[in-house]
Amino acid sequence: MAKVTLQATQPIDQYIHLGSMLWSLGLFVLAIYHLIPLDTPVTWSVDWLGALNIAFSFYIDGLSRLFILLITGIGALIFAFSGHYLAGHPHRHRFFLYLHLFMLAMLGVVTADNLLTLFIFWELTSFTSYLLIGFNHAAARSRRAALQGLLVTGAGGLCLLAGVILLAQITGSFALSEILSGDLVIHEHPLITAVIVLIGLGALTKSAQFPFHFWLPNAMEAPTPVSAFLHSATMVKAGIYLLARLHPVLSEAALWMPLLAITGSITAVLGGVLALKQRDLKQTLAYTTLMALGTLTALLSQPGTAAVAAASIFLVAHALYKATLFLSVGAIDHTLGAKRFSTLFGLWQRDRLFAFAWLAAALSLAGLPPALGFISKEMLYDSLLQTSGTSIWVLCALLLANAMMVALAFSMSVRILRPSPTAVRTKFAFFETGGPILMALLGLWLAMAPKALDQAMRTLLATWGDTAASEIIPLGLWHGINPALGLSLVTLSLGLLIGRFHARLYRRLHRLPMVSFDRGWDHFLATFVRFAESLTDMIQTNRLSRDLSWVLGTLTGLALLIAWNAPAWPHWEWGPAPLKLWLIVILILAGTMFSLIAQSRIAAITGLGVVGIGVALIFILFGAPDVAITQLLVETLLVVLIAVALLNLPTLPKQTGIRWGHATLALATGFVISGTLWGITTQPLDRTLTSFFEQASWTEAYGRNIVNVILVDFRALDTFGEIAVVLTAAIGAIALLKDMRMRKR
Amino acid sequence: MNSLIYKVGANLLFGILLVFSIFMLLRGHNEPGGGFIGGLIGAVAFIVYALSENIAATRRVLRVNPEHLAVTGLTIALCSGLLGPLVQEGLFAGQWLFLGATETDKGWPISSVLLFDIGVYLTVLGAIIALVLEMERHL
Repeated sequence: MAKVTLQATQPIDQYIHLGSMLWSLGLFVLAIYHLIPLDTPVTWSVDWLGALNIAFSFYIDGLSRLFILLITGIGALIFAFSGHYLAGHPHRHRFFLYLHLFMLAMLGVVTADNLLTLFIFWELTSFTSYLLIGFNHAAARSRRAALQGLLVTGAGGLCLLAGVILLAQITGSFALSEILSGDLVIHEHPLITAVIVLIGLGALTKSAQFPFHFWLPNAMEAPTPVSAFLHSATMVKAGIYLLARLHPVLSEAALWMPLLAITGSITAVLGGVLALKQRDLKQTLAYTTLMALGTLTALLSQPGTAAVAAASIFLVAHALYKATLFLSVGAIDHTLGAKRFSTLFGLWQRDRLFAFAWLAAALSLAGLPPALGFISKEMLYDSLLQTSGTSIWVLCALLLANAMMVALAFSMSVRILRPSPTAVRTKFAFFETGGPILMALLGLWLAMAPKALDQAMRTLLATWGDTAASEIIPLGLWHGINPALGLSLVTLSLGLLIGRFHARLYRRLHRLPMVSFDRGWDHFLATFVRFAESLTDMIQTNRLSRDLSWVLGTLTGLALLIAWNAPAWPHWEWGPAPLKLWLIVILILAGTMFSLIAQSRIAAITGLGVVGIGVALIFILFGAPDVAITQLLVETLLVVLIAVALLNLPTLPKQTGIRWGHATLALATGFVISGTLWGITTQPLDRTLTSFFEQASWTEAYGRNIVNVILVDFRALDTFGEIAVVLTAAIGAIALLKDMRMRKR
Repeated sequence: MNSLIYKVGANLLFGILLVFSIFMLLRGHNEPGGGFIGGLIGAVAFIVYALSENIAATRRVLRVNPEHLAVTGLTIALCSGLLGPLVQEGLFAGQWLFLGATETDKGWPISSVLLFDIGVYLTVLGAIIALVLEMERHL
């Protein structure tokens, strides 16, 4: 223990801790000063793959700004928190590195202009979150959760890539700025359904929407600050960002609304129900995140800008209260050593300010005034009431989900406020409670003086068109008595009712049989691995003749398929050949026949050697001495190597008849190869390269042996790659041989 | 192998083949030959020797570990390629120096290209010898 405290007080730790915090805070301040006053989007670009029209480009508009502020602002508090939370942890430096990388990847996602740049950062967030979730890598649960998250979001990422490429095919551009500003009407394009499904899969897996919701609660295996960051401002919000980003161009398409509305509604309700089932605070919060993500997805399914405005405010409110709650759970877990609902008893007695932060966040979770959650919930109801009939189901689902949030907030608040005989005044660490208190106050301030947030929202909506923002009424806590307020009252009463019977409901829910998607995932993964294994067993039989049959059969099959569809067959031209050529052909044929009928391996190899020498002779006849020498040397080496190997092999079994299958395959392969060569040689020969090398090899590279000059000068990089392959192959073979020898012993 | 004729012949061949392999390496730029061919011939020389003697003896005449030889070769090839960027030219662009060149005589050429070919030679030589020696250990 003494050692741990010593480590914790090392000055380097202080530097890393404060440095990380200040760096993130600096980015936050920079974003406020440089991005907020600007009305026009900021762009920045570096050429990347010019030939493919792909640039490493960034585009920062109102939507990106909101996300940048959330990521850097909450990031700073997370860094402040983790420095204290992980003090003395042997891998804390690694943790900071991962968290930094993750934050930068996330910033990349929300600022990228080029869709492929976005995709790369998207994958980086999957990868770095894998490292963060699996941070406690000694625990099997942690490793499993990390792998699960990576596989689910990674598979979604691949779908996203396909969708992005299709979208670029339709719009003719990879640049988001061009796609968004284009007048092109793409929502009636025949491929748009595929685009929406693929991009939707990417966003829905990332945002843990039903039926991919199972990875998010498992990701709770990560240290608490990571969960706070992942859930509040990053990772799962990347999917929401993508949906919001493409909302202006895709929301008119037929599939958009039902796909997102249904998954979002199901996720929201499911998240609420599963949250009511938990006793562990961290798990409960994980499921409330599902509810929030479902709400956001459902909101973004709506075509109007009112829903987008509601989503943006909901996003801010959720980020603030969720980060507060997660960090608070981390703090009580760290200080009190438990994180169950019952741990909350008497928190008010322990630390009033901290309890106040918790209560403010709970108020926002429940959507009650004067918290920001109230404004966002009013806007949510308002926007859903505005749009036409089909959204009534969405409205009902979200109302139910919100009511369950009220119930949870009620359960928490009651426990915090109820005096406990055992609770005594407790000192929580400044760095651990400072963040939550700050964010709770910020949330209240933003709700009571909503001008700043209003401005941010309007800049954000500029992407949806110049007039989009003017339709939205200014943010405020009080808009008079209207239907939204009525729905809020319904939510509150329903929520209190659920809260009142929470204990009974909890038992009921536990008796209810439920399909476990988590176990389903294990099942799926096991089946998938079995499939891969059986496929491998089929192709890689560990018998050379069968393996070769697969390779040659595939090659021949494909070539025959191409030949079948060929428009015209090459023209066959007979001509007189010199006698020596005939002699060589006879030599080669004789060698082949000899190795076919040979009764011992050594004889068969000798036959093949004759074939090789015949081929080398052809090379010499046609003026390629270098190739001929190499061929001869390789033949020699081959015979030596095989002769060595033969001593270890059993003698050839007595041949009984012809193996017709192998014979057919061999003949077909020979036919295909000869045919291909024949086809190539009948084409007119393009001598551009030949004459270039003939001309340049002496004047530019001072060499008369063109083959060698090409190898060591013009194409030196290729040669370098080849010798690297030679070395790698040798190392691989040596490793195999060594392994065999070890096993023999 | 216990044949006296082979042993005597192998000793003779070993030296001749080694000299020949270096000859092939050096003439490669203008006549048939080069690092790859030279490396193969060198490897054959050592294999001939290994078959007449044994692995330990072959390792002794080689003096260095064949794996090390191969990696050194790859490094030399890479370094010769890095000379180009050093003088603001492309990666693996050939660099030439003509010592004592006059109007009529091009002098004594020294080039990064030859260095590269030596790298190829050593890589091929080392990789094949390492592989063959490992295989012979199974006998």
